[in-house]
Amino acid sequence: MPGMLTAHRLTCVRGTRPLFSGVEFSVGPGNWAQIRGPNGVGKTSLLRILAGLAQPEEGEVRWNGEKIGSEEFRRELMYLGHRAAVKDDLTALENLTFSAEMDGVPIAREQAEDALARFGLAGREDLPVRFLSAGQKRRVLLARTVTRPARLWILDEPFTALDVKAVDFVSNLVADHVKAGGIAVLTSHQAIPLPPGQVVDL
Amino acid sequence: MSHRLINWFKLSSPYSFFPVAGRLIPWFWALTVLFGIAGLYVGFFIAPTDATQGDSYRIIFLHVPASWMSMFIYIVMAFWAGMGMAFNTRLSSMWALSLAPTGALMAFLSLWTGALWGKPTWGAWWVWDARLTSELILLFLYLGFMALHAAIDEPRRADRAAAVLALVGVVNVPIIYFSVKWWNTLHQGSTISMTKAPSMAQTMLWGMLLMALCFWMYSIVAALIRLRAIILEREAHTDWVLRLPEAAA
Amino acid sequence: MSIATQGEGAIGAVRRSGEGFSMTALTSVLRRDLLLAMRRKAEVLTALFFFLIVSSLFPLGIGPEPALLRKIGPGVLWVGALLATMLGLQRMFYSDHLDGTLEQMVLSSAPLPLLVMGKIIAHWLVSGLPVVILAPILGLQFDLDPGALWILALGLLIGTPVLSLIGAVGAALTLGVRGGGALLSLLVLPLYIPTLIFGAGAVQAHLSGQGAGGHLSLLGALLALALFFVPWATTAALRISLE
Repeated sequence: MPGMLTAHRLTCVRGTRPLFSGVEFSVGPGNWAQIRGPNGVGKTSLLRILAGLAQPEEGEVRWNGEKIGSEEFRRELMYLGHRAAVKDDLTALENLTFSAEMDGVPIAREQAEDALARFGLAGREDLPVRFLSAGQKRRVLLARTVTRPARLWILDEPFTALDVKAVDFVSNLVADHVKAGGIAVLTSHQAIPLPPGQVVDL
Repeated sequence: MSHRLINWFKLSSPYSFFPVAGRLIPWFWALTVLFGIAGLYVGFFIAPTDATQGDSYRIIFLHVPASWMSMFIYIVMAFWAGMGMAFNTRLSSMWALSLAPTGALMAFLSLWTGALWGKPTWGAWWVWDARLTSELILLFLYLGFMALHAAIDEPRRADRAAAVLALVGVVNVPIIYFSVKWWNTLHQGSTISMTKAPSMAQTMLWGMLLMALCFWMYSIVAALIRLRAIILEREAHTDWVLRLPEAAA
Repeated sequence: MSIATQGEGAIGAVRRSGEGFSMTALTSVLRRDLLLAMRRKAEVLTALFFFLIVSSLFPLGIGPEPALLRKIGPGVLWVGALLATMLGLQRMFYSDHLDGTLEQMVLSSAPLPLLVMGKIIAHWLVSGLPVVILAPILGLQFDLDPGALWILALGLLIGTPVLSLIGAVGAALTLGVRGGGALLSLLVLPLYIPTLIFGAGAVQAHLSGQGAGGHLSLLGALLALALFFVPWATTAALRISLE
């Protein structure tokens, strides 16, 4: 079943001022899109609307022709916002196993350890995430893609605060995901080390 | 039929309703004054002096209508807030926001006139009567609504959050009233009760009804005035507001 | 072969056994929150000590005469329970909101009302249940007889979940809002009043010989009502707060 994300005449209002209006684009399987624009133009707001976290003032977002927000859509979605989205007080292993359970796909300890190892966190799974670097925290979150494959990735500044190695790691991950037929929508202040994709200017 | 439907939709945008509100205000002021004069006349000149309470009971012509209005406005406010949230209409939420301060005023007025009644009648400024206590809690609910709305910067989000609060409140108001009544009868044995007003002569009832209508008209006026201010504030960036003569000021 | 496709193959089998999905979501959030609370014991114990101190303040302020204490005891303990629950309410969603895990929960494919219920139950186990256990002991300070203590504990057992439930709506509405803690109190305390009246009233009814049955049933009715409405109200409030 093909996955196609369509944004239709999206308008976003912040306070009494419109941020952007009439945004329209589509991204299909095996493609990715970059949302581009100056600071404050509403890139994060657009991504949140695409993920279903915020409602647009006008317009709608469709996934496979249907309005987003259904359980089906959320199952296919991975959203990475500005915040780490992992609990500092839990270990990487605990974070991963709890996420998997909440998603309805419980995993065994070995599977979790395996996933974390593939993401370069072997030997650090039992540390409270507080003690990991920003790049490592990001990997803990992204390890979920192993246990819960999602077709649509929406990433808000995924390379921020990462060192060169981590940036490479994440971009390879995204590239592999897109090559395997997934969809990615992302923003970034830095140059995105991916084969060229669609650009949406706000 | 379809003509009337179109009319409603046209009125539902802040832009179209703004001038309509302006035109309605003088009419409702007139009704307020009319009902007010009639009600006060009946209340202070026509209604008979009460056998037990003398003339001090006359404060109920303000107290009871204020109580009625405070509860009525809360329900209306919750209704429009809910509409605004369900149908994403801006004007409904603005209307709810306009009503809140007037509702709070009515609740406060009810409390204050209740105290003024209590002092000469039972010698105490405040008695933990079921209705007065519920009125106090209702005032807190109004204040909570306004405080929550004021604390959230983003207007649409504030509208929606306050709407959830108002709807939760509306479900709770009967529960709160019932529980306070229960508490009151357990503790006081009902010797002191605002609800034991002097048995109503026809004229007294008329007086209260007229004053209630007066307060109702006043509430509409106050809300309309506030609504226009809110519309101007929120739509400040649009063309039609910038073109208004008031905007030049 | 990329990581993603390897992973897809591996968990395909797990996916097919997705039954009992809903309750797993609730219990997993519950276990997660309990685990987190255990790692931040200080926060949890603070609310309990607050309950202890507040209950002791009243006799200090009013006077230690036994007949008077017996009269004010149930009310004081119930008010203390209310305030102690309120202290812990901020914790319910705030830290998840700060680190972004709340967003992930909202976006998870599990039904949000169930996840919310898991959090509320965790909050009650950490903030409410200790009060239920501690209150009868404190009740001895107020010279209440065993029957009264039993009614007190029973009332709190039914009532504290109501407090956690109603509080959840308030916590969700005031997430990330200026003046959060004080505003939360203003919003939630008026809604707590029926629970307070019936809970303290139950003990007083028992003490006056009337029997606490009616009051306790009313508390039960409040609990049923709250269980029905709160998950939906809280879910709506969370979505609004995350916009």
